[in-house]
Amino acid sequence: MEIIDILFTASFWAAAIRIASPLIFATLGELICERAGVLNLGIEGIMVAGAFAGWMAVYSGTALWTGVCVAMLVGMLFGLLHSTLTVPFGLSQHVVGLGITLLATSSTYYAYRLALPEVTSPPKIAAFQPYEIPILSDIPLLGPALFSQTPLTYLAFILVGVVSLVLYRTPLGLAVRAAGENPAAVAAQGLSVTAIRMGAVMVGSGLMAVGGAFLTMSAFDSFFFEMVNGRGWICIALVVFGSWRPGKALLGAILFAAFDALQIRVQQTSLGTHVPYQIFLMMPYILSILALILMSRRAQVPAALMVPFNKGER
Amino acid sequence: MTKEAVEALSLNEITKRFGELTANDAVSLSVNVGEVVALLGENGAGKTTLMNTLFGQYTADSGTVRVFGETLPPGNSRAALDAGVGMVHQHFTLADNLTVQENITLGVHSLLKFSLGRAAAKAQILALSKKFHLAVSPDAYVGTLSVGERQRVEILKALYRDVRILILDEPTAVLTPQETDDLFATLRLAIKEGLSIIFISHKLHEVMAIADRVVVLRHGKMAGGVKTKDTDKNALAAMMMGTEATPPDVSPAKPGAPLLALRTVTTPDIGSTPGLKSVSLTLKAGQIIGLAGVSGNGQAAMADVVGGVLSPSEGQVVLGSETAQKWTPRIAVQSGIARIPEDRHKTGTIADFDLVENAILERYTSADFSKSGWLNWSKSRAFADAIIDKYDVRCPGSDTPIRLLSGGNMQKLILGRVLEANPQIILANQPVRGLDIGAVNYVHSQLLAARERGAAVLLISEDLDEVMALSDVIHVIADGRLSPEFKRGDMTPAQLGLWMAGQGFEVDIPDAS
Amino acid sequence: MRLEPIKKPTLARKLTPPAIALTTTIVIASLLAMVAGANPFNVIGLILKGSFGSTFAILETLNRATPLIFTGLAVAVAFRAKFWNIGAEAQLYAGALMTVLLGTGTLPWPSMAILPTIIIASILAGAIVLLVPALLKTRFGVDEVVTTLLFNFIFLLFISMLLEGVLKDPMGMGWPKSARLIPEARLPRIVDGLRLHWGFGLAIFSAVCIWIIQTRSTLGYEMRAVGLNKEAAAFAGIPVNIVILKTALLSGGLAALAGFSEVAGLKGSLTLDLSPGFGYTGIIVAMLALLNPLGVVLAALFVAGIFVGADSMSRAADVPTYLADIMLATALLLMVLAILLTRFRVVRE
Repeated sequence: MEIIDILFTASFWAAAIRIASPLIFATLGELICERAGVLNLGIEGIMVAGAFAGWMAVYSGTALWTGVCVAMLVGMLFGLLHSTLTVPFGLSQHVVGLGITLLATSSTYYAYRLALPEVTSPPKIAAFQPYEIPILSDIPLLGPALFSQTPLTYLAFILVGVVSLVLYRTPLGLAVRAAGENPAAVAAQGLSVTAIRMGAVMVGSGLMAVGGAFLTMSAFDSFFFEMVNGRGWICIALVVFGSWRPGKALLGAILFAAFDALQIRVQQTSLGTHVPYQIFLMMPYILSILALILMSRRAQVPAALMVPFNKGER
Repeated sequence: MTKEAVEALSLNEITKRFGELTANDAVSLSVNVGEVVALLGENGAGKTTLMNTLFGQYTADSGTVRVFGETLPPGNSRAALDAGVGMVHQHFTLADNLTVQENITLGVHSLLKFSLGRAAAKAQILALSKKFHLAVSPDAYVGTLSVGERQRVEILKALYRDVRILILDEPTAVLTPQETDDLFATLRLAIKEGLSIIFISHKLHEVMAIADRVVVLRHGKMAGGVKTKDTDKNALAAMMMGTEATPPDVSPAKPGAPLLALRTVTTPDIGSTPGLKSVSLTLKAGQIIGLAGVSGNGQAAMADVVGGVLSPSEGQVVLGSETAQKWTPRIAVQSGIARIPEDRHKTGTIADFDLVENAILERYTSADFSKSGWLNWSKSRAFADAIIDKYDVRCPGSDTPIRLLSGGNMQKLILGRVLEANPQIILANQPVRGLDIGAVNYVHSQLLAARERGAAVLLISEDLDEVMALSDVIHVIADGRLSPEFKRGDMTPAQLGLWMAGQGFEVDIPDAS
Repeated sequence: MRLEPIKKPTLARKLTPPAIALTTTIVIASLLAMVAGANPFNVIGLILKGSFGSTFAILETLNRATPLIFTGLAVAVAFRAKFWNIGAEAQLYAGALMTVLLGTGTLPWPSMAILPTIIIASILAGAIVLLVPALLKTRFGVDEVVTTLLFNFIFLLFISMLLEGVLKDPMGMGWPKSARLIPEARLPRIVDGLRLHWGFGLAIFSAVCIWIIQTRSTLGYEMRAVGLNKEAAAFAGIPVNIVILKTALLSGGLAALAGFSEVAGLKGSLTLDLSPGFGYTGIIVAMLALLNPLGVVLAALFVAGIFVGADSMSRAADVPTYLADIMLATALLLMVLAILLTRFRVVRE
C-alpha cells in the first residue's frame, strides 16, 4: 500500500511538522484571545499582514529575527484596534473581526503594490534554514521529522509549553481564564477586565502574525497574494477541536497537518491520477468541519466568550 | 458600649445616578470597628448600588468614601480591596472553570509574578476555613459546588485578603434557615476577630438577629438609622416601606375543578440545580397555590414544566382531564396558561422590541393578530394600547422600546399580555421581584382578582411572607421534591422553614439506578 | 470608561458620529493615496467621477451594485436573526452553477419558461448549500461562522473541479470555463442599447419583498425576535431552530440570485473569477445598511461606487485599487462604532 509506506517516511513527517508550525502559532494566538473571552475573526487578515511585514522587513535588510518581531508588532497593532472596538466598546466581535481581516488584507496588498510596483514575480529573501539539533536529529524517523526543522518551528513548539504554563500556573493565566469565564469575578478581585482582555487579544494577534510570517520566512521565501488561504479559519476550528487547551490544540494541528501532507503525497500516487486534485485540496477544510462536529458536544466553551463586559452595567 | 468606638468606614453624601434614575441620593453611613450594620430596604431601594459604589465598582457622582480615615479613590475596586474592604456579591463572582483555590487567589498576586505560591495558599485557605467554620475543598472546581458552598468560597475570598470590612449583599437569599444560622455563626467569629460587617437585607427578622444597628434606605434616600435594641420589626417595616405594611385582605377560597395537574413529574438536574423528583401537583379553579422554598431547589424546573418550556422526562402533564401528548410553550399558551416569567428582562420581554411587538409575543400566530402568515399591525397596536390603558402602563407610547420602561411598568405590560386572554391558569414566578411597593400591591391585587373569577394560580416565590400572605394552599419545594399541601394558616414560618431545609421529606426518592 | 444609554437621542446625536466616521474614512483614503504619490485632494473627486460621472460610469456602478444587493440582502436577513452567514460566496456560486446547468441548452425552452425555472432552481441550490451549516448549528451546535467560511473554500474547489471536468467548455480554448448560456436563458437589458440588465430590477424587487417580509410577516417578526433575544423568543413559543433554518433558506436563496444574475445578466458563462468576493463584500453592505433591506440598496450603490470609482481613479492617479477595500473596511469599522455612539454616551469612570 502506497499510503502506508508514505506514513513511514521521515520526509512525510517533516512536512507535516512544517505545515503544522504556522497553524500552531496562530491557533495559540486565537486560543489566548478566546480564553480571555474574545473571538478574533481578524486572524486571517492578521496572518496576511504578518506574512508580509516580516518578509518585507527582511527584504529591506533587517535580520530574520527582527523580521519576526516586526510581524509580531504589526499583529499587535491590529490586535489593539480589534480589542479597542470589541472590549471597551463591546462591538460585535463577528463584524469587527471580519472588518479587521478585510482591513489587514487590503492594506497589506496596498503596501505590497506600493513597495514593489514594478515586479511581476515577488523577490525572494534568505529565509530561515533548518537547524539540525545535534544527537536528537540522528534518531531514525523522529530525528529528521522533529529535530531538523527551522528555528521558528522549534519556537512554535516551545510556545505551546510556555502558553500552557502561563495559562495554568501563573497569576496572569488565572486572570485570563477567569476573564473568559466570568469577567465579574475578575473585576470583583480588583483587576481590570478591559486591560486583561485587550492584552490577551494583542498578544494573541501578535502570535497570529508570527504564524503568517512563518509562511514567508520559513516555509517559503517569498510573499504571494492568497498565500494564507483560509489557514486562519482552520485555526479557529483547531481551537474548538483542542477544547481551548494548548496541548490538545497542538495535537490537533499536527494531526491536521499530517492529513494535509498526506493528501499532497497521495496526489502523486496512482490514486492521485484518478481523482481530481481539487478533492485533495478540499480535505483540510472538510476535516476542519468534521472536527467541529465531533467536538461540538464535548467542548468546554469559555462561558463568557463573545460576551462583552461593561463595568457598572445596569 | 463602654469601649471607645473606632470608625472603620464612612460614606459621606453619596449620590449616584444612572441616566435619569437617582439610585442613591446623598446617602451617608458609618460603621465602627467590630460592628454589624444592616442596610435595610425594599428591592430597588439602592442598597446594592451604594455598596458597589463603596467597593469601587461604580463611581459616585458626588460624595466620598473613607476607610480608616483615608479617602478612597473613586471607581477603583483594587484600592477598596487594598484598604481592607471585601464584598460578597449577591450574584456570586466566581469563575466555574477555576478551582476554589484559584478563585480565592485570583488577583492576589501581582500579575507579573511567575508563581502562584500554591502550597502556602492552600495551607492558608485550609486554616481560614477551619477557623471560621467554612468547610470547602480548595481543589474542587467551583462549577461543581452547591450554592451554599459557593457562598463560603466568596467569604473565604474576602478573608484570604485579610479584609477589615466585609460587605454581604443579600447573603441569605440563597440559604436555608439552617445555613443562615451557620452563616451568622461565621459572621460572629469574624466580629470577634475585629472585622466590621455591612449586612444588606430586606428580611427583618435576620436584621434583628445579627445587626447592632440598622440603616434604612427608601427610594435611594436615607429613611433613618436606629439601633436594633431600640426598635422592633414593625417599626423597621414602617421605615422601609414608608407606611405600615398591610397584608392583603384575602377571603376564603372556593376551590373548583382541577384544571392542570402534574403526575409524578421528573425532570433532569441541570448542573448543581436539581430538577423535579416525581412531583405531583393539582391546580384547581379559584385557588392560589403557593410554592415556597429556598432559591435553586427546583422552582425553575417547576415553572418551566408548567409554562411548557420543559417536557417532563417522566410523568405527565394533565390538562383538565386530558394528558398532554406534546408540551411546548405555544401549546401551554393555547391551553389557557398565563405565564409571568421570573426574569422579565431576559425571558419575559425583548428589550429592543416596542410595546406592541412585546404585547403580541406569545400570541402573534393567533387569528387576533395575524392571518396566513401576515401580521395585522393595527389590531396589534390596538391591543397594546388597550393594555397600556387598562393596566396603567406608564410609557411615552406603544412604539417605545420596552427597555426604556421601569421594571414595574414592564411587569404591568406582561400582566396585561397574559391576563387579557382570560386565562384559566396563571403561573406567577417571582411576580414582584424588584418592584416597588405600589407595583407589588398592584400585581398581588390582580392575582387575587383572577382567583375570584375562577382562575387557578400557581405562585412561586422565594419570599415566604409573600407566599403565606397570598396562598390558599402552600407546598414547599426542597431539592426538587414537593412537600404535602398545607392549608392557609396551618403552618408557622418556622415550621415551613424546616421543610425548606429539607426536613420532613421522610423517604428519599430512590434513584433510577 | 462606561457606556450609558441615551434615552432620547437628539438629531445631532444621531447624525454627528456617522458623519465623522465618513469624513475620517475619506481623510484616511486621501492620506493613503498621498503616500502612493497622488494628489490627496483629488482622490475622492476622481472616485466620484469614475463611479457617477457619466452615463457609462453610472451603468457600470449599477451593474456592480446588482450582485452586492443580493449578497447584502442575504447577509442582512441572516444577521438580523443572528445567524452568521459568512458563506454568501459559496451560495453565490451555487446559484451560478445551477444557472449554467439548466441554461446551456439542457432545457430548450423559451425565455418565459426557462428564466423563472432557473431562478427558482438557483434559489433552491443556494438555500440547500446554506442549509447544511444551519443544520449543523441546530442539530450539533456547531458554530456557523467557521463552517460557512470553510464552505466557501470547499465550494470554490468544487466549482473548479467541475470547470476542469464535466462542465468544461470544449470551445473554451483550454480555459476552465463553462459553455455559454443559450440566448433564451440570458437576462434581457432593461433599456435597449444601455448596458444594464434585468438582474438589477430583480435585485430591487427582492429588496422590497424582503422589507415587506421583515416588517409585515410573522416570519419576519420571528426572525427579529430570535435575533434580539433567543431566550425570550423560545419562552414565548417561537420555534427558534425552525426559524433559524427558514432564515438560512431565505439567506442562501438570496445569495444564489447574485450568482444567477451575474451569469445570466452579465457574463454569460461560469468562470472561477465570477465573483471578486461579492459574498464577503455583502457583509459590509449589510452592516452599512444597518441590516435594513431598503438600506441595502443604497449601501450597495455606495460600495459599488467606491469599487468602480477606485478602478478608474487607480488608472488616472496610479494608486493601487486595493484602496477601495481599505476604504470599505475603514468605513465598516468606524460606522459600527459610530452607530453605537448614536445610542450610548461614553462616561469616564
